[in-house]
Order: sequence, then C-alpha cells, then structure tokens
Amino acid sequence: MAMAQLSHLRALEAESIHILREVAAQFAKPVLLYSIGKDSSVLLHLSRKAFHPGRLPFPLLHIDTTYEYPELIEFRDRFVAEIGARLLVYTNTAAIEQGANPYDLGTAKCCGLLRTRALVEGLKHYGFDAALGGARRDEERSRAKERVFSFRDRQGQWDPKNQRPELWNLFNGRVDPGESIRVFPLSNWTEFDVWQYINLENIALAPLYFARPRTVVVRGETLIPVEQNVKLLPGEQPQQIMCRMRSLGCTPCSGAIRSDADTVPKIIAELFSFRRSERENRIIDHDQDGSMELKKREGYF
Amino acid sequence: MAAIAQPQTLSLSHFELQPGEKSILRFSTAGSVDDGKSTLIGRLLFDSRGAFDDQIEAVRKSPINRSSGAIDFSLLTDGLRAEREQGITIDVAYRYFSTSRRKFIIADTPGHEQYTRNMATGASTADAAVILVDARKGVLPQSRRHASISALLGIRHLIIAVNKMDLAGYSRSVFDAIRRDFEALSPALRHPWLTFIPVSALEGDNVVERSPRMAWYQGPALLEFLENLDVDSSQSDLPARFPVQYVIRPHLDFRGFAGQLASGWLATGDRVVALPSGHTSRIKEIVTFDGHVDRAFAPMSVTVTLEDEIDISRGDVLTHVNAVPELGRRVEATLVWMSAADLETGKTYLLRHGPNEVPARVTEVINRLDVDTLTRRPAGALRLNDIGLASLEFARPVAFDCYHDNRRTGAFVLVDPLTNLTLAAGMIERRLEAQRRRPTASFIADRVTPPERTEHFGHTAAVVTLASRPNLLEPLERMLFELGAHVVVMRQPVSPLNALLEAGLLVLTPLRVPGALSAGSLQLPDDSEAACKEILEYLRGEGILRTRSEYDAGEGI
Repeated sequence: MAMAQLSHLRALEAESIHILREVAAQFAKPVLLYSIGKDSSVLLHLSRKAFHPGRLPFPLLHIDTTYEYPELIEFRDRFVAEIGARLLVYTNTAAIEQGANPYDLGTAKCCGLLRTRALVEGLKHYGFDAALGGARRDEERSRAKERVFSFRDRQGQWDPKNQRPELWNLFNGRVDPGESIRVFPLSNWTEFDVWQYINLENIALAPLYFARPRTVVVRGETLIPVEQNVKLLPGEQPQQIMCRMRSLGCTPCSGAIRSDADTVPKIIAELFSFRRSERENRIIDHDQDGSMELKKREGYF
Repeated sequence: MAAIAQPQTLSLSHFELQPGEKSILRFSTAGSVDDGKSTLIGRLLFDSRGAFDDQIEAVRKSPINRSSGAIDFSLLTDGLRAEREQGITIDVAYRYFSTSRRKFIIADTPGHEQYTRNMATGASTADAAVILVDARKGVLPQSRRHASISALLGIRHLIIAVNKMDLAGYSRSVFDAIRRDFEALSPALRHPWLTFIPVSALEGDNVVERSPRMAWYQGPALLEFLENLDVDSSQSDLPARFPVQYVIRPHLDFRGFAGQLASGWLATGDRVVALPSGHTSRIKEIVTFDGHVDRAFAPMSVTVTLEDEIDISRGDVLTHVNAVPELGRRVEATLVWMSAADLETGKTYLLRHGPNEVPARVTEVINRLDVDTLTRRPAGALRLNDIGLASLEFARPVAFDCYHDNRRTGAFVLVDPLTNLTLAAGMIERRLEAQRRRPTASFIADRVTPPERTEHFGHTAAVVTLASRPNLLEPLERMLFELGAHVVVMRQPVSPLNALLEAGLLVLTPLRVPGALSAGSLQLPDDSEAACKEILEYLRGEGILRTRSEYDAGEGI
C-alpha cells in the first residue's frame, strides 16, 4: 500500500501510547502521577487510549501538599470517579504537622518537603517501581536532556551525567529493588501540542485554566489568587481581575495571568499572541539559577 | 441501560495527515566545539518562536556571554549547570520548534570526541542530520566522524551547513572547497544524500531567510530546506511488522494484541503469522479508543484481534504470511559500544529488540571502524565509543529485518543483566547461517518410512501420560524441545488434524479439508519432481516453508 503519514498530533499520540504500554509490560508496580494539571490530564487520556477496552493497569497517585486549590480537588474526585480509575493520595503529614509552609520556610524548602520529599516517600510507601509523569522536555532547560525512561537511585535521585543511553524506541526499564524509573511519555510534546491535543480530543480540564474574574493580589509580575491559606504581604490589597492559571501549583506559589481566554481555542490564540513560557508564573523555578535542575537531582518531578 | 453499541468504524482520515496539518521532522545536529552549533539552534528557536520571551530575557541577563552580539543564543540550549560552566554540551538535548508546515524535533548532540554514544543516540531517531563545518577550518576529523555515524545509523539526508561564512567574507571559493572535500568522502559513506548550505548562524544568513550577501548561492535557506524535505524513510512503505507489546484481556470475549506498527499496513481480513511461534490466523478487528479502523499503518498504535485463538504474547511479531522477516539465532551486526566496561565475548547479555528480550552473546568481534579514516581494521574487542562489526548468537530465534531494510526491526540494544545498564546499540547487517550438514539427496519419490522419521526426529513416536503430575507437562515439553524432539502437549482430546497441526507438522492429504491450501489448483507439470518443486516454491511464497537454518539451534546459550 501507499506511503502514508500521521499528523503531528496523531504521531505524538502513537508514540506516547507505545511508551505507556511499555511501562505496563516492563514493570511490576507502575503508577501514574496525577497532578490534575493539563499535562497529567493529557497523560491520563492517553493511558485510557493505550489500554482500551481494558482498564488502566495502574493506579493514579496525587501528591497533595494541602495547599491545593479546592476547585482542583473537587475536579479530581469527580473526574476520577467518572472514568473508574483508582486514586491514591499521599501527603507528607510529618512536615505538615511540623508546620511546613512557604512563608516561614521559603518556596524552595517548602517544595522540597511537600512535593519532592512527599513524592519520594509516597513512591517508597507503596513500593512503586515506575512513576509516569506528564513533564515535557520543552518546559525547562535541564529537562531537555532527560530520558523518556529516567533512572532514579534508591534515594530517588537523578544523575544527569550518568544517564542510560536511549536509542530508537527501545526503553530499558530494568531496575533492582528500591530503584525506580520515572517515565515521561509526553517528552516530545510542546505546550502548543498539549493545548492543540486537548482541543482536538475535547479533554476535560480543571476550571482554573479558564479565565474568569478572581480575587487576587498583584505580587511582582504575578497575580496571586486569594485563597484561605494565602497570606497577604504588607501593603497588598485584594482586587477583582479577569485572569487564569497557565500552570497549576500550590495556592501561595502559583500565579495567574491577566487573560480573557475562557475556552481552549481562545487559550491557543492567546499562546500564539504572547510568548512567555508557562513555568514563569511558578515562583519555585526562579528561586535560583538552574533551580529546576537542583530540584530534579533531589527527586522533584 | 442502553444496548451494547456497535463499535463505530472510523475513517482513516481521523489519523492521517490532512491538508493544513503539520507533519513531524526529526533531525540531529552535530558539530565540533566552537563551530556555532548552539548558536545556530538558538537562532532557529528564536526566529521561529521556539524559545519563549522569558527564556530569552534570562539569557540576555546572564553574566555569561561568549558571543559578540547582544544575545548569546547558545545559552538558550546549553541546559545543565556543568556545561554552562564549562561552555560545552555534554549530553543529547532535545529541542522543539514548529513552522506552519512542520513540527521539528532536534536531537542536539555533543561535539566532543569522547561522546560518540550521544551522537549515535541522537541519530537513531532522526530523519535528517545537520552537520556544521566552520568555514575557516574546513572539514575536520570531527565532521567526518559525524557524517559517518549519521550514515551508519541510517540517516539518508545529510545537510552540511558551512557556518561562519561572515568570517570567510561570504566567499564562494571557500564554500566550494569545503564541498569538494566533503564530496570526496561520500563514497565511503553509505548512500546518503548530501546537501550543502552556506550560513552564518550569528548573522542569520541562510538560516531562516535566504541571504542577499551570498547571491552566488541559488539554493534554499536551511529552514526552507528542512520544511520541504521529503522524508523517504517513511516506515509505512515497508512490509508490515507489528511487534506485540501487551495483551489486553478485559473479559473472556476479548483478547487484543496491543502494539505500534513498526512498518507497513495491516487490514482486517489479512492473513497473518505470529513469529517466532509460526501460528497463523486472520485479522478480525483493528481496535482503537476512538473506534475501529479497517486499516492501520506505521507508526499507529493500535490493538488487533484475530479470528483464531492462538497463543501470542509480548515479543511476538505479526506479519503478512507472504512477506515474513528473517528468523534466526545468529546475526552479524554493527555495535556502537556505549559503556565504560569493555565488550566481553561469550558473556551473556540481554538483547532488547522491540518488545522482545532475549539472552544473547557476542561470539566474535570481526572488525572496528576507524571513524576518522572510515576504514575497518581487525579487532578483538570493543571499548567505550568504539564502533565495530560482530557476530551475535541469541538464546531463542528472533524475527528481524536487516537495519538497512528496516530501521525499527533491524535495531537492538544490549543490556547488562547484572548492572541493568544499556551497553551497546546494534544494527543487524545480515543473518548468519547456522552450521549444519544438509543431505543433497537425489529425488526419491517414495513414501517416508517410519525408520526414516525416527532417524530424522531423533526419537520414535510415543504417548507419555503424566496424569499424576500434570504440572510437569510444560517443563518436560520445553526440555524435550530443546533437545530437538518434535513434542507436543495435548491437554484435551482434539481432532486428529488439529493434533497434527498443533505439533507444527506439514500435513499432506488427498481429502478436501476446509481452510487447506489447495496445491492441486496450481498449473503443475507432468514430471513428478518438477511438480513437487513447484509446490515447494508455492509453499515458500505462502511463508509456510522456511530455509532449514532459520530454525537451527546453533550452540545454545
């Protein structure tokens, strides 16, 4: 038969499904890290496709920092019930009980405890040997070099200088007990690809992504929505601003942007009209130069 | 509750590239230190809006600026702290940008000599390679090495970007000299297409737009060329190969074989054979989450169901019965050795070939490629970053193609079963015949006698019952099989014909049997020997008959 080609979204989809099936076949106890954000929503959608008409061969794990937006948790529970997936929630309760919060500890230390530490502990607690995540290589410079199957030692750490070679579509998922692999099926997707695919496939997203008037304070160039556990700095006045989130994080640390985009096509149009990378509004990445790489070495996703 | 809905049959246009949609082009870049590779990529990202404003702003504010311009574009792509400190790229990095016609994936590979493994990694998935040459320095050993590895990894399009033309006075004679030097090399490379483009990454000449400063150059700018490049390595044009990754069995009525088509097309109703088991059936359905399709092509990820209940598991390859791949246990392959631990002949490694994982060993290193001179020299071992030709033996027969025929099914990696590390990348060059004496008997038209069968099989016919120890059935079957016995397990009473077929035998019959291949309908000559030979050809054509060595045991591991 004749030569045929896939559109770029279908080619990315086929590649990701291949990776997801490799994970199900190669690992004894895999898990999908579900952050409820748009990338893990796409990842979850692709997982349903990969194993149709069967059920998901792995549970979802949400690392709950307890600083999550309530509407996110509400969306999570509704959606997971709707598709019949199994959800596990893990929190670094020891750190919370000792009063971990971004105001006293700073964002770097707080993230280290409530996300990085919680993730490493959560994976260990359940004994997962592979963790699927929605990270993309275009997000940040250090991610551009990470493998699709990325090895983590017994401490959950990544060694960027000593990665396994990865050629063609052959993935080496062999690990010894206690070691694990982080798997990134969306490695080759860009932010545009993700949004275009959400539009193409009509994937349900948390309402935080869509613009509506929200009560916020203006902090630097970022809008911080005023939620119950967000502390205002001296002189900050809450105000109503039409805005949306480009990337979801904790209430005190992920900012909104001024936007009228209340539908997916409007968001795509907005992305074309300005060019700020989505992580810019996440305060943690700018703590220090190369901060994402430092977090990743420690086990952050 | 609603009645069970009939699965919707989808048009293939749901997946296929439509006018106005983007295709994907993957290319690798390679260059020596300081030849401006990072600057070139930075400019492609910048000019095509592949880099974001805040990333550019961070680079603008960086205390490091090794360029003469306002922005050091190379900082956009140098990812890790270590390399930003040293000013060199130390690992394969993937970059993304798109135009209205294509999404581009760049595998940006390091130029430093000791990182052959990264170059091979970047080249493994690329459709094209962009090799940078510094106009002032000409063709360096590094450039030859990059071209050679790219060609070795099966990249057909090599684009030689002659960079820093601004520092060479935009001179045509400089460009032409480099072109001549490179073309002199190309017979030593394997049939790649060479394209030469004079550029200045720093000034932007011929990167995105054609440059007015080199009016003597009539060809396209680099991006223009990449946008229009016809990717003839399209896997859909090759024979169908469907490696089974995963078996989906949600309930007793559904048994689906999930995988990504490595090459070619599959359609419902196609007669397929599962290799290496040799079971045949027909494709019943091609299932996707979005609906059923009548046909599917590489690289679609689908789930296939079959008309018959045959035993297929991860690692089997479904192919059309009349276009089967090679099947064997011994191959000659080019290895790119990627580990600090040297290759050890005779040691057991794990071969990862598609979803298949099979113990394997290197029986002999035949030669080593000198990538600077592109010549091969005899060698006994391979070390980190060596490339060489070797013979390998697998513990079980593997269905494969040669790498130059099919990049997906001709590629493998070797993994260390103790450290779990990936040691080498391999490209199969050819199947090696197993050593076996074959009688060249003259044509004997007599019936095969029982003593002849005993001699041929190495055992007489017998039924062995294990009623008290049924769990020994499979281990015993395996042990006898490994000894070369023709053995089969019969758990339930079956019809005589099915019993014979399950034993893997060829059954000839004067009876009319449903589903039988009808050799009698062929136009056959009167002479018996000639007629039988014709039928043998027919059976070969049907994929029933393989050359004996395809099943030969070899020495075993």
